[in-house]
Amino acid sequence: MADEVKLPADSFEPLDKSKHLDSEKIAAPNLTFLQDAWRRLRKNKSAIIAMVILIIFFIMAFGSVFFSPHNPNAVNPQYANLPPKWPGVGINGLNGTLVQAGSRINAYHAAGAGANVHYWLGTDYLGRDLFSRILYGTRISLTVAVVATAVDLLFGVTFGLFSGWKGGWIDNFMQRIIEIIMSIPTLVVVVLLILVLKPGMMSITIAIAFSSWTTMARLIRAQTLELKEQEYVLAAKTLGESSIKIAFKHLLPNLSSIIIIQTMFTIPSAIFFEAFLSFVGIGISSPKASLGTLLNDGQKNFQFLPYQMWYPAIVLSVIMIAFNIFADGLRDAFDPQTKE
Amino acid sequence: MAKYLIKRIFYLLLTLFIVITVTFFMMKLLPGTPLQNQQKLSPSQQHLILKQYGLTKPVWQQYLIYVSGVFHFNFGTSFQFSDQPVSYLISSRIGPSLQLGVQAMILGVIPGIVVGALGAIRKNTWVDATTTIVSILGISIPSFVLAVLLQYYIGLKLGWLPIADWGGFSYTILPTIALAASPFADTARFIRTEMVDVLNSDYIELARAKGLSKWGVIYHHALRNSLIPVVTIVGPLAVNIMTGSMVIENIFSVPGIGDQFVKSILTNDYPTIMAVTIVYSVMLMVVLLITDILYGIIDPRIRITGESN
Repeated sequence: MADEVKLPADSFEPLDKSKHLDSEKIAAPNLTFLQDAWRRLRKNKSAIIAMVILIIFFIMAFGSVFFSPHNPNAVNPQYANLPPKWPGVGINGLNGTLVQAGSRINAYHAAGAGANVHYWLGTDYLGRDLFSRILYGTRISLTVAVVATAVDLLFGVTFGLFSGWKGGWIDNFMQRIIEIIMSIPTLVVVVLLILVLKPGMMSITIAIAFSSWTTMARLIRAQTLELKEQEYVLAAKTLGESSIKIAFKHLLPNLSSIIIIQTMFTIPSAIFFEAFLSFVGIGISSPKASLGTLLNDGQKNFQFLPYQMWYPAIVLSVIMIAFNIFADGLRDAFDPQTKE
Repeated sequence: MAKYLIKRIFYLLLTLFIVITVTFFMMKLLPGTPLQNQQKLSPSQQHLILKQYGLTKPVWQQYLIYVSGVFHFNFGTSFQFSDQPVSYLISSRIGPSLQLGVQAMILGVIPGIVVGALGAIRKNTWVDATTTIVSILGISIPSFVLAVLLQYYIGLKLGWLPIADWGGFSYTILPTIALAASPFADTARFIRTEMVDVLNSDYIELARAKGLSKWGVIYHHALRNSLIPVVTIVGPLAVNIMTGSMVIENIFSVPGIGDQFVKSILTNDYPTIMAVTIVYSVMLMVVLLITDILYGIIDPRIRITGESN
């Protein structure tokens, strides 16, 4: 013990105090809930591609109010049933020719159209430009789907929140109502409502909204039941916060991921229902067009003029695929626990 | 169990009663009579015809007659086909619909299970990617688009199968495929998610540690446990098929009730519309009841009788 270690004062060197001031600092900025979800979503390439495709479709469909190659409703019987023709493209299917009675003929010549007449996706049986009609139909389809989903959201969330928050016999009664509605096939409800309301854009929107809010209401109720047991809700209650304020300040923000995910799944199913009903013939009626009515028109001539059905079918399918992939991506981004 | 069953059947009947009431009064709100060439008929002739359809009585009496009729499988007379009882229209057309529905359910669910399970076992490989793409396509492409394409390319161009009508088994193949696409995709997605969960659980780890073969683990432990929740999606799948059947039967000219429903809607044949609505609802409610009971039997952890706790 005798040999003391000698430590002269100058072997120590005071560190620069300013260096350690931020040793407790969190380097990355705090991410809000949405930023965090966006960060995860960005990593999902297919979801981003789907999102971009959807944005393009929305811009094209709604932009066609201001710019459309032709008037979607302008009838031009002289140019009826012309196949697609792209300026300067010689590939069969895009050069204005079609097979008639075994031989390929130039339909544009036969119709007496000048060299400068081009219809990108051809014309329908009344000579209306199919491209413009698809843009117009997509606009109507998307409008119906989005409005129906918005109504469904408003109603479903309110119903679910109220039911879950109140609990007791009110909850029980409201759940029975949902069970009854759910045990009738959606399509039957939609058809009955449309019959009573007369076919049209308005009634189809109401019918779709009316029949799809139950899923949203159930999800919201289940989550509300869980949330209302949380301490912060208890704290808010103890402090005398009103129920409505608790719903808006505490419950809704915590429900937002469910609402967003469910909304993204509701929109494609609304698009499907609209197309389905219009295809059957009880949806959007002429002269309005939607993807469903275009498909219905195209189906009649499918054997001879397949392009009239192919293009609306492709547009409808691509929109549905993009929505489903995007919704999957959103679900994974907002709710990372469910994935794997 | 018995108590639960009684409760469920009571709710089923209550729901059925509400469905009947709502559809009845909705149809009463609509304009339209069974009369054709109304202008040419004298008022007394009109009255006679309306009387034949029971439309001259006050609405509440018509309602009571209708409700008691439904429980005797009497839905009145069709407006569209003269002197044709609606119950006959339905009973003669339900066979093809049921056959298509059951075939589509089998063709959708079983391959769906296989494909979904393969996707989960080979997670994050090209197999998984392919199954995901196939199921996204199946969910996204509307059945009626698929039906028209099948009808044209396989039926007409290749001539392998009849394009429409109803004869032997070969007539059912194309409509069944078109109907089965969406249940197939739903099942595949569902099974994949379930199976991925199960494959990560402790008892699978244990089974592997015991030295069971890979496929033994998958078959005896993973697949069996993933199959239980499939019962819960049978109800939604049934709805899916019922919805699809309306337009698919129409496209392929199958004499089923879906086709009849569409025709009745387009011709304002109210008694038939009401009857088909009721039949659809009953079918769905029965499927939901059976699946709930089955679920309790298959998975003893779920005590349907223990709802109170």
